[in-house]
Amino acid sequence: MEESNNNITRREMIVGTAAAVTLSLALGNIEKVAGFTRAGTHKLSYENVSMTINGKKQSLKLDTRTTLLDTLREHLQLTGTKKGCDHGQCGACTVLVNGQRINSCLSLALQHEGDEITTIEGLGTQENLHPMQAAFVAHDGYQCGYCTPGQICSAVAVLKEIKAGIPSHVSQDLIRHPEISNMEIRERMSGNICRCGAYSNIAEAMAEIAEKQA
Amino acid sequence: MKAFTYQRVHSAAEAAASSYKTPGAKFIAGGTNLLDLMKLQIEVPVHLIDIGKLSLNKIEQLADGRLRVGALVSNTDLAAHQIVRRDYALLSKALLAGASGQLRNKATTAGNLLQRTRCPYFYDTNQACNKRNPGSGCAAIKGFSRNLAVIGASDSCIATHPSDMAVAMMALDAVIETVNPDGRTRNIPISEFYLLPGDTPHLETTLKKNELITSVLLPQAPGGKHIYYKVRDRASYAFALISVGLILQKEGTGHIALGGVAASPWRNRSAEKLLPSGAKAVTEKLLAGAKPTKENEFKITLVERTLAALLEEGRS
Repeated sequence: MEESNNNITRREMIVGTAAAVTLSLALGNIEKVAGFTRAGTHKLSYENVSMTINGKKQSLKLDTRTTLLDTLREHLQLTGTKKGCDHGQCGACTVLVNGQRINSCLSLALQHEGDEITTIEGLGTQENLHPMQAAFVAHDGYQCGYCTPGQICSAVAVLKEIKAGIPSHVSQDLIRHPEISNMEIRERMSGNICRCGAYSNIAEAMAEIAEKQA
Repeated sequence: MKAFTYQRVHSAAEAAASSYKTPGAKFIAGGTNLLDLMKLQIEVPVHLIDIGKLSLNKIEQLADGRLRVGALVSNTDLAAHQIVRRDYALLSKALLAGASGQLRNKATTAGNLLQRTRCPYFYDTNQACNKRNPGSGCAAIKGFSRNLAVIGASDSCIATHPSDMAVAMMALDAVIETVNPDGRTRNIPISEFYLLPGDTPHLETTLKKNELITSVLLPQAPGGKHIYYKVRDRASYAFALISVGLILQKEGTGHIALGGVAASPWRNRSAEKLLPSGAKAVTEKLLAGAKPTKENEFKITLVERTLAALLEEGRS
C-alpha cells in the first residue's frame, strides 16, 4: 500500500491526542491557578484608606478585599466586634458608621474613606460604661457574650432610629412617630441573633435606657 | 473573594465610562448583596467601581407630582421619607418588611432592584445551577423547592426574586432611569425590567452592558388603601414564601403584585381588573398557567387566602 503524506500513523495519532488533552488540561488549570476569568485577570491590589475609628484617625494600606470587619479585628486589633456568619445574617459584626448601624462584614474598608466608625470599644470602657452596657449587665442581657457587642451597638442605634422617627414593620401608623414598645424593640433588633436566647433580657435592658432617655 | 482592583468615581457618567473601558468590572453601591456573592465566588468581578458616594441619593418631588428616587437612596431613608410614607405607603411597608435595620441602612434603591435570588442551589457552588453556571442543570427542580417559583419559571430555573421593594414598585408602576457610557439616558418601566429565566436564567434584567441605574421615578400618588402582606416562616427577618402588594381604591379596583412566586414581581393587569370580583377570580387569572412543584403548590392557595384576607381588611 502506498503511504501518502496525508496519512497519520497510529503512533502519531496517540501522541497527538495525548498532547492535545494535556494542553487543554494545562490551560484549564492555568485558568484556575492564575485567576483568569473570561473577563480578565484578578490582580492582587492594595489601596489606601483613611477613616476615624473611635475618635482616632487611621490610615491603612489594605488588600482591596478587606472588609471593614477584618480591618477592625485583624488590622487594628479591635476584637470587640465579632465575626459570626460573615454574610450579613447574624448581626454580631454590627458597628456604627457615621452614627448608623451596619453589618461590617458586608462592607469593604475602602467604602469608608472619610467615615467615622464607632465600635463597641468606642461606646464605653470598663471604667466608663456606656449606659446601654451598664443596662445589659444589670439585666443579664448576655450569656456567652459573643453576640453582645453587636447587640449593644444595634441597641444604641435602634433607640436613635426611633427617636429620629424611622418607622418599622410593626409600626401601627406609618405616618405618626413610632412609639417605644416591646414589639418595636424586638422587630428592630431582629437583625441581631443570639443562640443563648438572651433576647428578653436584652429587650428589658433597652426598655430601661429608652425610659431614661424619654 | 477573588482579587480585584478598585476605583472611586465622581459622577454617573464617569462610572458608566469606566465600566465600558474595563471588561469584568462591576459597580458597587451598598454592597450588601454583591459582597455576599463575592465571598462565595459566585460573583467574580476583576474591578470594582465604587459609586457609593455619588450624589444620586436624593428624593425629589417633581412639579407634576411624580417622585424621583435616587439610585443610591438607602432603603431606610426611602422607607422613612415623609412623602413616601404618606403617598406611597405600599413602598414604605414593603421596604420595612425586608431584611434588617443594619441591611436597610446600607442597601440602596437600585441595589435592591438588582439583588439576586437566594435559591439555595444558586448559593451552593457544589450544586448544578444554570443561573450561576449556564448549562450545568438545575438541582432545585427535583430538590427542595418549597421556597421557589410557581409561575414564569422554566425547565432551566425555578428561582424567585427576593425583593419586597420590587413588588411594591411593580404595583406602583415605577420607571427605572438609566445612563449609558455614551451618555444616553433610558427609561425602563419596571414591567419591562425583569427577564424570566427561559433558556437563559443567567440573564436577569433588560439592562444593557455597562448601563447604570441613576434613579427610579414613581408616578403621581395613586391614593387608595396600601397593604403589603408578607407570609413567611418567621415574624421577621426572613424572605417571603409569598407576599402581596395591594393598592385598593374605594370602588374595589386597584393594583396587585405578588412576591415570592416568580423570578420577577408578578403582576397581571387583566387579573387586576377582577379585584371587585374577589380573591378567587383574581388568583385564578393571576396565577393561570402556574407550574408549581409538589413542594410549593401550596403557594397558590396561600396567595388566594392572603388576598381574600386583604380584601376583607381593605374594605373595612
